[in-house]
Amino acid sequence: MNDPWHSLRRFTQARIALGRAGNGITTAAYLDFQLAHASARDAVLKTWDVDGFAAQLQQQSLAHIRLNTPISDRTRYLQRPDLGRRLDADGLKRLMELAEPGFDVAIIISNGLSSTAVETHGIPMLQHIVARYAEMALSIAPICLVPNARVAISDCIGALLQASLAVIMVGERPGLSAADSLGLYLTYAPREGNTDAERNCLSNIRPPEGLSYQAAAQKLAYLSREALRSGVSGVHLKDDMPKQLLG
Amino acid sequence: MNYSVSVQGKCFNFQNLRTLLAKASPRRAADELAGLAAESEVERALAQRLLAELPLSRFIEEPLIAPEIDEVSRLILQQHDAEAFATFAGMSVGEFREWLLADSSDLSSLSFGLTPEMVAAVSKIMRNQDLIAVARRCRVVTRFRDTIGLPGRLSTRLQPNHPTDNPRGVAASILDGLLYGSGDAVIGINPATDNLDNVCTLLNLLDEIIQYHQIPTQSCVLAHVTTSMQLMQRGAPVDLVFQSIAGTEAANRSFGVDLAMLGEAKAMAESLGRGGLGSNVMYFETGQGSALSADAHHGIDAQTCEARAYAVAREFSPLLVNTVVGFIGPEYLYDGKQIIRAGLEDHFCGKLLGLPMGCDVCYTNHAEADQNDMDNLLTLLGVAGCAYIMGVPGADDVMLAYQSTSFHDALYLRHALGLRPAPEFEAWLDAMGIFNGCNSLADARATIPLLSEFRGISGEPL
Repeated sequence: MNDPWHSLRRFTQARIALGRAGNGITTAAYLDFQLAHASARDAVLKTWDVDGFAAQLQQQSLAHIRLNTPISDRTRYLQRPDLGRRLDADGLKRLMELAEPGFDVAIIISNGLSSTAVETHGIPMLQHIVARYAEMALSIAPICLVPNARVAISDCIGALLQASLAVIMVGERPGLSAADSLGLYLTYAPREGNTDAERNCLSNIRPPEGLSYQAAAQKLAYLSREALRSGVSGVHLKDDMPKQLLG
Repeated sequence: MNYSVSVQGKCFNFQNLRTLLAKASPRRAADELAGLAAESEVERALAQRLLAELPLSRFIEEPLIAPEIDEVSRLILQQHDAEAFATFAGMSVGEFREWLLADSSDLSSLSFGLTPEMVAAVSKIMRNQDLIAVARRCRVVTRFRDTIGLPGRLSTRLQPNHPTDNPRGVAASILDGLLYGSGDAVIGINPATDNLDNVCTLLNLLDEIIQYHQIPTQSCVLAHVTTSMQLMQRGAPVDLVFQSIAGTEAANRSFGVDLAMLGEAKAMAESLGRGGLGSNVMYFETGQGSALSADAHHGIDAQTCEARAYAVAREFSPLLVNTVVGFIGPEYLYDGKQIIRAGLEDHFCGKLLGLPMGCDVCYTNHAEADQNDMDNLLTLLGVAGCAYIMGVPGADDVMLAYQSTSFHDALYLRHALGLRPAPEFEAWLDAMGIFNGCNSLADARATIPLLSEFRGISGEPL
């Protein structure tokens, strides 16, 4: 039996007005929760179809390069965040060959904790980002596809490409209500050893319930412009973008 | 100083106090990841034996990080109250454990005689029941608009997060929580973004709800401390200033904070004088593994680093401190067993060091844990006298994508253990017809006036 304020659910996906059995939840609510948890657990272990993703970039004539961390197994990925921040020897070598001074932005894409997120939202999100950067006349390095990576791999890649900005798009940890949230992290002057305080983060990109591609790309463009202007990213770059500028 | 022991012809060496503490720690993914953990169960047991023999004074003589390079270490030494320490000055860690278990007095007056390292050390040779039995006797009471931490009370932080910070969505979750008797520790939102306009909108929303309905609680938007400071300068209604903190200067730097900045923020919030009942204005969150995650642990194990964060917290007389114990993920706390142990350790260490300690009893979907593990930790912490837990609709945080405790969980725990909300908040729940005067939900909640009168954004009905 739901609560009388059940209609408020139109404002949020949160599990409100669940009703109760004594102080516990109802059987229906319990079973819903169990199924959602099971789905999220399965989503974490799902691998990323990088071939399919790369083929889509190819179709759109977006230059890209495929790199790897020393990890190929999802369980090991969960246990070794340190390895997820590194490229393997082959990746390091190929990236060094590619590097030439003058890229404004390095864009890195990884499945992170949700392959579903990059497979669902990765391509359209990337298209919006590329369009915004083109308007700003910023040069983009070949897009780096790196399965099983952590956010900090963008420091190493950004530094090797001698980019002014590193942007990593990564699948966020699956929740019960959403297994397909994307995150974007921006770092100015990427180099090994950057801390999280030096990054700006946009999370919950997951239209239609979460942030839209358009809003995320606009916010990223705003933060990129401010970072290039002020020479800083992270907690010292305050997001003071007026709300009405968001589409 | 080198610590060594020989058993069955085999010699075990621990090259310094840091190493000894790490090897004596109950098994933990974070320490294994950092390469600090004991390499065998025997090595762990022997490290615990050596640790038990160590005089407590050793922790003053051998700082884990040179104070010259770490302001948290300087703070720990500066806080240490030699007079209060006199009681334990001659004790070993093992004797201190027995003293804690045998004594029956309130322990809160001793807290500044103890350093985080001493407390972390003794916790490593305590079983879960020891951690619970001792923590129960540490009562830490704080106040803003109501009173947190009184004996026989359990408060909750109402956590109405929304993936895009939609004010109506947030307000809907707040109403749901209030109707389930939640929110006496704080109504605290994790914002989806730190955008200044956005955080300000949420602050105004919370302020209107609390003022209009005269709820004896406080609000917080858990933005970065510098964001809260900028908004206070712009005149936004900030009750509590939030910040994540850790146990080394370098880890705090990775969060973009230092002690001076926290002091400045506290002074700004105090000068607003919004409390009414008391002036504890800070809210801190911590969690084992954060220093390692920032590569700023200096070879110190995750649990000892965490206890050191409590030295930072207590410097600023916070209203609330909670460990977000299972949030960090399986690389640091692998499964339910490790999360439960860490939650009990953090609560014990925080309480013994004088903090109003709560716990976000939680896990992520990539950890080997489930609701049953959370039920266990929740119940254990209730027995241990935890000041507050989280209240999230259906235990599912739709913004942060993790599972915490629900409004229902708090009702279960209060009912099972005879615990009540903060007294001022309980009176409000009774007056609003949400509770029935007997610490339980009233039956006829469909007719509660709050339901029809609830004001969301800008005074409009939801």
